[in-house]
Formats: sequence, C-alpha cells, structure tokens
Amino acid sequence: MTATKQEMIDKLRQDLLGWEGFRPVAPEERQSFGLGPIENAFPNQVFPTGALHEFISTRPEFTAAIGGFIAGIIQTLLAKGGVCVWVSYTRRIYPPALKRFGINPDRIIFVDVVREKDVLWVTEEALKCNGIAAVICETRLLSFMESRRLQLAIEQSQVTGFILRKDVKVLNTTACTARWTVKPLRSKLRPGMPGVGFPRWQVELLKVKNGQPGSWAMEWKDRQFTQVVEEVMTEKAQRYA
Amino acid sequence: MPKRFVSIWFKYLLTDREAIRLHSLRELPVAFTEPDHGRMLVMAMNAQAEQYGVKPGIAAADARVLAPGIQLFENKPGRNIKLLKGLAEWCLRYTPLVMVDPPDGLLLDVTGCTHLKGGETEFLKDMVSRLHALGYTIRPSMADTIGCAWAVARCAESGLIVPVGGQRNALMPLPPGSLRLGLDLLIKLRELGFYQVGSFIHMPKSVLKRRFGGNMVLRLYQALGQEAEFLLPLKEPVPYSERVALLEPIRTREVIETTVHALIDTLCKRLYGEGLGLRSAVLTYCRIDGKSGQLSIGTNHPSQPTDHIFKLFALQFDQVAPGLGIELFILDAPKTEPASDKQNLLWNGKPAVDSEQVAELLDNVAARVGKDQTHRYLPQEHHWPERAAGNTADLTQTPESDWPEESIRPVQLLEPPEPIEAMALTPDYAPRQFVYRHERHIIVNADDPERISHEWWIEDGGYRDYYVAEDEEGMRYWLFGTPNDLPGQTRRWFIHGYFP
Repeated sequence: MTATKQEMIDKLRQDLLGWEGFRPVAPEERQSFGLGPIENAFPNQVFPTGALHEFISTRPEFTAAIGGFIAGIIQTLLAKGGVCVWVSYTRRIYPPALKRFGINPDRIIFVDVVREKDVLWVTEEALKCNGIAAVICETRLLSFMESRRLQLAIEQSQVTGFILRKDVKVLNTTACTARWTVKPLRSKLRPGMPGVGFPRWQVELLKVKNGQPGSWAMEWKDRQFTQVVEEVMTEKAQRYA
Repeated sequence: MPKRFVSIWFKYLLTDREAIRLHSLRELPVAFTEPDHGRMLVMAMNAQAEQYGVKPGIAAADARVLAPGIQLFENKPGRNIKLLKGLAEWCLRYTPLVMVDPPDGLLLDVTGCTHLKGGETEFLKDMVSRLHALGYTIRPSMADTIGCAWAVARCAESGLIVPVGGQRNALMPLPPGSLRLGLDLLIKLRELGFYQVGSFIHMPKSVLKRRFGGNMVLRLYQALGQEAEFLLPLKEPVPYSERVALLEPIRTREVIETTVHALIDTLCKRLYGEGLGLRSAVLTYCRIDGKSGQLSIGTNHPSQPTDHIFKLFALQFDQVAPGLGIELFILDAPKTEPASDKQNLLWNGKPAVDSEQVAELLDNVAARVGKDQTHRYLPQEHHWPERAAGNTADLTQTPESDWPEESIRPVQLLEPPEPIEAMALTPDYAPRQFVYRHERHIIVNADDPERISHEWWIEDGGYRDYYVAEDEEGMRYWLFGTPNDLPGQTRRWFIHGYFP
C-alpha cells in the first residue's frame, strides 16, 4: 500500500513538472553543459534549456562574471549551430572576449535599443522565434507580469532565455525557472606563480523550480567549467609585490 | 498607342488657395501683389477682381480704385510651386506620371489611364469636379502632345479634348502666345501681323528658323508632335507598385488592415512570380480631404511572405490618421532583389545567422527600435582594442580571419576608458591600489604588462601598457597606463574593462 502511495506521489511530481513547462528530455537530446555538480541541482539532473534563467548583478564586476558564465553555457547551446541574440540597453560587452569562452562572436547578433522599455519587447520577439539558440537580455527591471510573458513565449518556442539584471536594488518575484548570482573569486595559480589565474567564480543558485538551490565555486579552464575543490587555506593570500 | 497628355491650368491658383483657407474671400475681389521697383504690382487675382478690370501688372493702388473693397495679399516667391507640388501629388491618383508645370499648371501623362474613369470626357469631368470640390477652378485639356494640351487649356474657346492626331486643327485658331514663346518673340509676331498660329503654321521650317530662331520652331513642332518632348515626372515611377482605390472611404482599423493585407498579397504574389523579394516598401494612403501619409519598411533579406510584410506595416498602423476616411492605398516597392527560393530543411537543427527566421525577427526589431540598432561583429585585423571588432549589418558576411585567441580581453569594455587614481610603487609595474568611483581597490595579483601601440597608420599617439589586475575581493580589472618614458610625462592610469 505504501509503495503504491509512493508511486502515486512520484507520478504526481512528474506530472507537475510537465504542467509547469518542464518537458522530459529524451536521452539522445540530453546535453551536458559541463556544469558538473550544478546540473544535479536541477530537476531530472539536467540543465533546463527552453527555460528562463535570471542572473542578479549588483556591480559591474559581477556583470562581467555573469557574462563569462553565460557565454560558457551558450557555447554548448551554439555547438549545434544557430545564432544567439543579445539584447541590451547600455551594452558594454566586448565581442572579441567571448572567443575565450568558445563562442565565435560573429554568431551573436547584438540588439542595442535606445529606450529601456524596448529591451523586453525585443526579448519577447526573439524568444518567440524558434530559430534562435539563446536570447540574452540585459535589463534592470523585470516585473512578475513581464517574466510571465517571456515564460509563455518560451513555452511555445523552447528557446533558452537568460535575463541579466543589472543594478538590482530590490529582488521581486519572477516566473523564471532559476535565479543565479555569479561573483568573481580570487583566482589561484600553482603556488609561487605570479599573475592572475583562470576566471573563478562563486556560482549561487538562489532559487530553482523543483530543484535544490546551492552554491559552488567554479573555474573556467581549457574551455570548460571545472569545480574548484578548495584546499584548506593555510597560507595567507600572497600579496603581489 | 498614341500618347495622351493632360495639361491642367490653374487660372486662379493663388487666390483659390486663399479662398479655401478663408471662406469669406469667395465673394470678394482678391489679388496678390509683388514688389517691383519700389511699387506694389498685382500679379494674380481672382475672377471677381478680373470683372472690375484688375489685370496683372497694374499697381496695387490702381487696383484699389478699380475694385473697391479688394483684398490684397503679398505674394511669397515659390508659393505657387509649393501649391502645385501638393496638387501634383494629389493627381497621382489619376496617373503615376505627373509633372509640375510652373507657374500655374500641371502636366499629366494619361496614356492608357482614361478608360479607368469611363472615357476621356468622363476623365476630365471627374478631374474638374473633384478639384472644384476642393475649391480650385481649373481648365484641363487633353491632346497627343504636351504643347498642344498646354495651348488648348490656356487659349482655346472650346474643344478641350483634342482628338488623336488633331493638333494642327486645334492650334490653327489659337494666338501665338499659346506656343510657350518668349515675350520679345510674341511682340515681334504681333508687329508682323501674325495673330493666329494658323497664319504661320504652313511656312517652311527653314524660313521660320531664319526669321524667329530655333526655339520657336522647336516649340511649334513639339506642339504638332513632330519633335519629341519629355515629361519629367514628379516621382520616379516604381516598377513594382500596386494600388487599391476604394469606392467608399474607410476609417476603421480592421478594414484598413484587411485592405492593406490584400494589397500586400497582390504585390507579393507578383514578386514571387518573378522570383524577386522585397527589400523596402512604401505604403501611401490618400485621404478624401486631399491629405496623404506614408509608412515605410525595410527588410534584411529579399522576402515576399505576405504575413511578414504585413506584420512590419502593422507595427506602424498607430501612425495612420484616417481623418474622414482613406480612399486610396498605393504600395510601392522601390527596392527589390532576386530571392533565393531556399528549401526549408526540416532536420538540420537550428538555422544559421542568415536564415529567414532570424532575418524576419530583425526586420521586426528594426521596425520598432530603428534600423541601426542591430549589430553583428566580425574580427578586424587591428590590435588596438577599440578597433578589433568591426560592425556589420550584413547577415551573410562571414569572418575573413579568425578571432584572435591568444590575447586575453575583458568581457566588459568601458568606452571610453575612465581615469582612475592609481598608485604604483615602481614605474613599470602594475599599481598597488587604485581608486575608481570613490572605491579603493587593493591589487594583489597582476599579470605582466601587455604593451599595445597606437596604429600609427590610422592615428598618432603613444602606447598603452595594459595590466590584468585582481583585487583582494577577486574582482579582475583591465587597467592601462599612458607612456611615462618621455621627459615631462607622467603616467596617467585608466580602467578599460572588467574581466569575468
């Protein structure tokens, strides 16, 4: 009896996922984004494509880190071909830098709108277009209603959307599948080596639908993500002399 | 098919316009004056003033005496041309070939257009009654040549429609002034006793040329149709143009949408049949009160799907002001290109940059936020950071060189670089700390400098020493210092970007 109860609950959970817009991923379509432990935090242990990801940034330095992190994810999305649309209001992204994250910058179409309110309009149009691999939207404000609209557009087209929210003052509820923050961490080279090492970030999943939020230290090395296993800090931070 | 031209003479162009503006002027004598040698001379007047004996060229003071209560207005130069241009655009409903004929006329090439109104008589009748409804008194005339139509409109008593090939008969009774000749020539003709064209039309060409010069012969033979004369249309006729004239003026958005959709469909089918795609289109609507408006769109690749083009126009429908109603839509395609009829593959995954879906998306975006807002970057062979990526609007262009990978560049670039207050212990090392926007950053790690020189063949200037620097909190910056190795120079520091 208990077994059937458990089965029923599992079945119900699976159904709920479907109703909420998660489609079970066929094994052959399953893509790994190389995110390692982070992927386990998501339902079905797979990074949700065709979903809306919200990244919170409070400083320009964080925005740069998020830019790198998103670029690392898009690398996999663009591997099958396609283009990516980057919508922004005041853009600072420097296209040649994206090459380091495995993206050919000519595969990205940048839309720089003059009025801030057009950002979300363009994003929605782009998300409706199922010929696009991913849409990145740099915005400041995103209300619940607006995020719902984007989510509905995504459910039709299965495009992956990344919302990069800059200068966030107040965190409001949104309909996004996941909410992230990415903060830069001190890079580390082998002991005794001077200079700046590989990009290293503290990636935090603040919210994830039907998943487990968590926090991980990641590094971008040789065109892929690697988890940083932090050895115990014994020596003081080496001051640059 | 013989050519047919219409010449319209606006006899009271300026005063009619003034009466349209001010209804009270309709019953009063009105005249326009113009300064000449310190006097004001009458240069145009209406029918009432004419009855009193006011003529062009008399002084304004005399006109006041002749016609008590005459309303005098000062003329602005170029006003008639402006009015005629507006009327010429209005006349585009009759034919696409309209030419302004200063000082007070219009010329229309109506070859093959008259049957649309049910014949030549009805055509002219329609024109007269419509312009009369607007408030203009006109005299139109139709003939095989521009010269003959001009002459008949202005000088003939009757017979405004000259039958095909009847120019000679029509011109015979007219005065020489109908031939568009100069004043001195007209005086000479009068002195010689030539009061009608008929009295010299039979003379041999060589005699006329010797006596009156080549210009007169040219004008005469142009009117007779033996010399060619061309009409310079106000608007270049567009090869791909469709129009829909409505019996009843329409006002509501739904009906406008349906009409425009049908119009686009007609044009797109035609383009599709010829293997062409549309790159830009202009939709003109004419309202019953004589005003008109335009919507224009552009596309990123030659396209003909009706729905897509319609969507682009629909984004601008808010700008359509139908007023009392719209009676005519004209859709022009000034720019077309051969369209490649690509087969849509079903299983090749996501489409490439130049696919139709993406191009259509960008069309929509361009229609809403403006054309120059979409960018795509291609690598440029420049090492100066600001020039390393070249902007292109062309979706089909592919990079000529690879993106440079060996140099580390920041994800976020500040344009232009912003000055910081930095402190370096030794001249050629990265700063120990810097202050940017009132925030102090203590640098713990930094890479060796990368010296980037100005590209001297483009721009003069020194070099920059770039440092990748990491502060205590792990934030990574791209800093550079200006040259310091010349006497009298101190190194200034700038922040130029953020690393991920």
